[in-house]
Amino acid sequence: MNPSSRLFHHTKTDNSPGWVFIIPSLVLIALIGLPILALVWRSANISIFPFAFTESAFKALKLSLLTSTICVVLAILTGTPLAYIQAHWTYRGKAFLDVLVDLPIVLPPSVAGIALLMAFGRQGLFGGWLNILGISLPFTTVAVVMAQVFVSAPFLVRSARVGFAAIDPQLDEAAKVEGASNWHVFQHIMLPLASRALLTGIILCWTRSLGEFGATLLFAGNLEGKTQTMPLAIYVGFEQGLGIALVLSVVLLAVSFVLLTLLRRLELKSQH
Amino acid sequence: MSACGESGTGISASTDIESGANPGAQSGFPTVATKTRTLTVFAAVSLTDAFQEIGKAFRAVHPGVKINFNFAGSQVLRSQLEQGAVTDIFASADTKNMDILFKDNLIASNPYQDFTTNRLVVILPSGNPAGVKTLDELARPNLKLVLADPSVPAGNYARQVLLNISKDPAYGDGFSSAVLANVVSNETDVRQVVTKVELGEADAGIVYVSDAFAAPDLVTIPIAEKFNIIAHYPIAVLTNSPNPDLAAGFISFVMSPEGQAIMEKWGFTPGK
Repeated sequence: MNPSSRLFHHTKTDNSPGWVFIIPSLVLIALIGLPILALVWRSANISIFPFAFTESAFKALKLSLLTSTICVVLAILTGTPLAYIQAHWTYRGKAFLDVLVDLPIVLPPSVAGIALLMAFGRQGLFGGWLNILGISLPFTTVAVVMAQVFVSAPFLVRSARVGFAAIDPQLDEAAKVEGASNWHVFQHIMLPLASRALLTGIILCWTRSLGEFGATLLFAGNLEGKTQTMPLAIYVGFEQGLGIALVLSVVLLAVSFVLLTLLRRLELKSQH
Repeated sequence: MSACGESGTGISASTDIESGANPGAQSGFPTVATKTRTLTVFAAVSLTDAFQEIGKAFRAVHPGVKINFNFAGSQVLRSQLEQGAVTDIFASADTKNMDILFKDNLIASNPYQDFTTNRLVVILPSGNPAGVKTLDELARPNLKLVLADPSVPAGNYARQVLLNISKDPAYGDGFSSAVLANVVSNETDVRQVVTKVELGEADAGIVYVSDAFAAPDLVTIPIAEKFNIIAHYPIAVLTNSPNPDLAAGFISFVMSPEGQAIMEKWGFTPGK
């Protein structure tokens, strides 16, 4: 008998149908579910669609897809090695680095935006050096990607780290006894074994970067075709006409829903 | 849940001014003698400093009154009101947003009471690193200019001013489009323009004279009267105001010599 059915059995003999659990749950489900239902319901009105798919909406969609894809690629290239180090190496200050990389997950995006400005803005800590190189980051598409990587890569690192850590260290030792190099072990043993955790991280990273708003607005500004991603277009569009905002919201909702469903299936598979 | 409902609208940038005359309300235990009433004021973000001071002066003569301010772009506030935010007063930076609310029967009075006016000014970061000296230098290639989004009153006014300047042969037809080509970001409210210039991320911005008053470190270039616009600020009691008498009292206070003196102190020009 698994724990959940034992619990259910217990409530049955108690002769109470478990309302203590059901009612609070319903409150939360209503709070999350009703706004999403309303969003879909309101945008189901076909007449707003021709007005909604304006040039600026398409530009925002394109920019969001481009920047979030670059963001995920960068996160994979830099986050996977970092996660591997954090999972398998021991060194002083490792715990601190774990906390540092997790920080953007809990930071308000506005704080992330200000921090990015303070570091890489024209008057920022490194702004002077960047100026000498002729680089000015704020208000550029590069700044959009940086903001996205800042807030979303930690999700990938976190997930990958757990994946790598779950691998039996004896496998690593055994392979090395056989004469395998560090890279060989990583490529042929670690990566395949952690692939599910990595995929989970990639999906979380992608959905988070697609939704990035606050840090982008502060660090990259809002310019159509250059820094105005979907969440920014939704915010600005909300005041111009509900139609644009609604349709873009539903597009973002649909993409996120598909990605999260994929994620759920991955998680279920990894349990078996 | 009722505690959540009190602040009502789920707005980010609201400021509470507790009544100093009613310490009981501050500690959360209202005394029998003084009944706390809460006045909610939605005001254009350019009014932030002036209205906060007016709020303090108002509650000095109305003990037991608490004022909740919600400062944002007038177009944001108008959308929130359209979506059912319950409030007492709306003070807009343009008549356009007021007109929309009047059409939806959300405010009863038309014509509206204009309580102050504002003009635009060019702002530069302190020290003026880009060395902008005159208006025509705004068209200089590669200058980083920040404006409010066209949906924001200040952004709309700024574009009108640029068109006015373009009509002067000394500047020429192409002036407006040359300046607009320098725009690196369309900010979602006028105070965001101030912030970007204050941080030195942008070389120049166009904001209200009152915004420049609130940020004395900035360098300003005045815009000649013949090019400038006059932004009329209307104020009105909402049809669904829970405290119409108190709201009317607040508006009379804003119109009074004392209220107008505070407005002037923050860079606004009285009357029509």
